[in-house]
Amino acid sequence: MVKVNDTELDLVGKTVSEYLATTNYDLKRIAVERNGDIVLKSQYDVTILKDGDRLEIVSFVGGG
Amino acid sequence: MIPSKNEWMDALIARHGTTLHKRFSSATVAVCGLGGLGSNIAIALARAGIGKLLLIDFDRVDMTNLHRQQYKANQIGCYKTDALAENLSEIAPYTEITAVTAKITEENLADLLKEADVVCEAFDKAEAKAMLVNGVLEQLTDCYLVAASGMAGMDTPNTIKTRKVMKRFYLCGDEVSDAADTIGLVAPRVMLCAAHQAHTVLRILAGEEEG
Repeated sequence: MVKVNDTELDLVGKTVSEYLATTNYDLKRIAVERNGDIVLKSQYDVTILKDGDRLEIVSFVGGG
Repeated sequence: MIPSKNEWMDALIARHGTTLHKRFSSATVAVCGLGGLGSNIAIALARAGIGKLLLIDFDRVDMTNLHRQQYKANQIGCYKTDALAENLSEIAPYTEITAVTAKITEENLADLLKEADVVCEAFDKAEAKAMLVNGVLEQLTDCYLVAASGMAGMDTPNTIKTRKVMKRFYLCGDEVSDAADTIGLVAPRVMLCAAHQAHTVLRILAGEEEG
């Protein structure tokens, strides 16, 4: 299982891109952290999620 | 009559103590975006005695900014960098200011921000926020980052908070209130978020990091 923003999901073997494609996140507005490190945008397609991974998606809203 | 630099520093030491003052006064903090967040962050940090502020924005002061941003009516039309540098020089004359009128991009951020110990993300647009956060965490591997998301509207002030997302990266705001979905931005709630950011910068410099 992979923990995404505190929810356990069955994503083992999927890439970050494959997971994001199943969500409503706007890819231009997010940062993705995996096990405490930033996932480079260029690595979304090749980062394969493993059992026990923790993923955090930070989705920004406008205003400042 | 403006006090001498020695008098000024002595007054800061009397308030903060020698250890904290040394940490604050030897730090360089970048403020990216000088709107409601950035102008308030910069003023708080200058008052606290941060040694050097790097202020970056491409835009000019507009009348519609004055309801929440720390500019004056007679500064409408000025670059925000110039106007804020002027205001800061009156508030905290011994803070070193480098003001850069430029648009920050993925390509130039590493060069623009290379001197910074801590970067404050204080942009308005969500896409720009995400670009800077990804860029700083990817390209500036020693630098701390304090970003903001969600401070618009008339919701309660009590949902504005700070959390450590990962090492070197803190996020302030309620994370949901989008300026586009609300009545827009009102001064106190934006100031609250800016205060969270400025105080988080001071806590990082003081070594009071959350676990």
